[in-house]
Amino acid sequence: MRDDLPGMKKAFPILGVLTAILLSYALYESLVAAPTEQTMGDVQRIFYYHVPSAWTAFILFFVNFGASVFYLIKRNPAADIVALVSAEVGVVFCTVVLVTGPIWARPVWGIWWTWDMRLTSTLVLWLIYVSYLFLRRFSSSGQTPALAAALAVLGALCVPFVYFSIWFFRTQHPQPVMGGGGSIDPRMLHVLLINWLAFSCFAFLVCWSRYRLESLQREVDQAHALESLMDLRGGA
Amino acid sequence: MRNGYLFAAYAATWIIHIVYLCTIVSRYSRVKREIADLKKPGVAS
Amino acid sequence: MSAPTGITRVTLLKDLRLEWRSKDAVNSMLFFSLLVVVVFSFSFDPTAEESRQIAGGLIWVAFLFAAVVALNQTWAREIRNQVLDAYRVSPAPANSLFIAKAVGNFIFVSVLEALMTPLFIAFYRLRALGPVWQLLMVAVLGTWALVVNGTFFAAMSLRTRSREIMLPLLLFPISIPALLGMVQATTAILNGEGARFWLVLLATYDLVFTTVCLLLFETVLNAE
Repeated sequence: MRDDLPGMKKAFPILGVLTAILLSYALYESLVAAPTEQTMGDVQRIFYYHVPSAWTAFILFFVNFGASVFYLIKRNPAADIVALVSAEVGVVFCTVVLVTGPIWARPVWGIWWTWDMRLTSTLVLWLIYVSYLFLRRFSSSGQTPALAAALAVLGALCVPFVYFSIWFFRTQHPQPVMGGGGSIDPRMLHVLLINWLAFSCFAFLVCWSRYRLESLQREVDQAHALESLMDLRGGA
Repeated sequence: MRNGYLFAAYAATWIIHIVYLCTIVSRYSRVKREIADLKKPGVAS
Repeated sequence: MSAPTGITRVTLLKDLRLEWRSKDAVNSMLFFSLLVVVVFSFSFDPTAEESRQIAGGLIWVAFLFAAVVALNQTWAREIRNQVLDAYRVSPAPANSLFIAKAVGNFIFVSVLEALMTPLFIAFYRLRALGPVWQLLMVAVLGTWALVVNGTFFAAMSLRTRSREIMLPLLLFPISIPALLGMVQATTAILNGEGARFWLVLLATYDLVFTTVCLLLFETVLNAE
């Protein structure tokens, strides 16, 4: 069985340490260095975790779409693993968005949930990709890659419709908008981008680990399958 | 105290990430065990 | 007539004939429609003013349930008789089978809707303030949106564990934009407001998803 490549063994811990440093710096910036917002106070700092998580989730779902299309065209097993990994990690980040959103909304607007555009769209996105993960878990392993890829394409194509329909719905039935519209203080933008960079690196490392885990798992499963075949032949 | 919400949000974020990482780590050790089992000469059933 | 259209027509007619002959299915669906409307009437008091405001939503949720029940047995007959395996090895294009199934389901679900609508109108004392032809358009576009995706996902769910729950699990999230459109359009028309945006959204949704389902059905059929 092929062991991990030596280059990867070295790169991973280094990147891990760098990412940890970046995340700590980003945390410091969010809690200490960033200016306090006037109307909301310190609670607004949730923004620096809420928004980058959303952006990261969207990127991961986009990667899932690309990998799924690639799989449908080339039937490349690595692409299938990338699709699975990006969907899983994307759902994790999306969950963070859906949890930090209400925690932010409650002190600011007094309500836990508002059917505002961004939160609602994120919820639907989360539902679509969780259903994708369910399909992957419940379908028999021979078919899973192709079926999942087809579902991923449909899900991704649904996204613009989700945004358009909710946008129009909201213009007809306005609700408090979370996250504040309008221009943003450049210092806040700076902190936001640092957090985004840190979380993107973190997401990359998580995806990489999950990818390695999945490749190993599939090799083991194949070895098991081969073994049972040999047992059958030997025993006959 | 409003800052309680701030810390709750940051804590929740990291709890979610750590839980996911824990699932990866536990599955990884299980795979390592399965590899070790495969490598030693198996007892014919 | 070209081969694909011929196959579509034959498959569709076969399905319709089978449905018509098995009176059990038709009778149970009739009763099901009535039950749904009655249960909704008990859950959402028809005399309350608010209920008339949300009648659009109620109707479409009822239609959604009916569609799921109908869709769940879409491919059951084919599986029982190994028709799908025969189809895979035949040179017939997968699209023809898909279209036939989807149109068959559309007809079936439309019949259910046609049965439930008068009951809803009677129980909820509904009156359309807007143009009725627009309501028909919403019904057609909305039902097709549910059916085209539902037929596709029903095929996907075939060899999954818990097949019956898999279908709504996959169908509901992706149908959300269409559902929002159907409900908002219906409510708008019932209240005499314009529904043009929603109609365009539904039409675009139908176009995009029908095309993609057609393109991907071969993959789903042959996934093994």
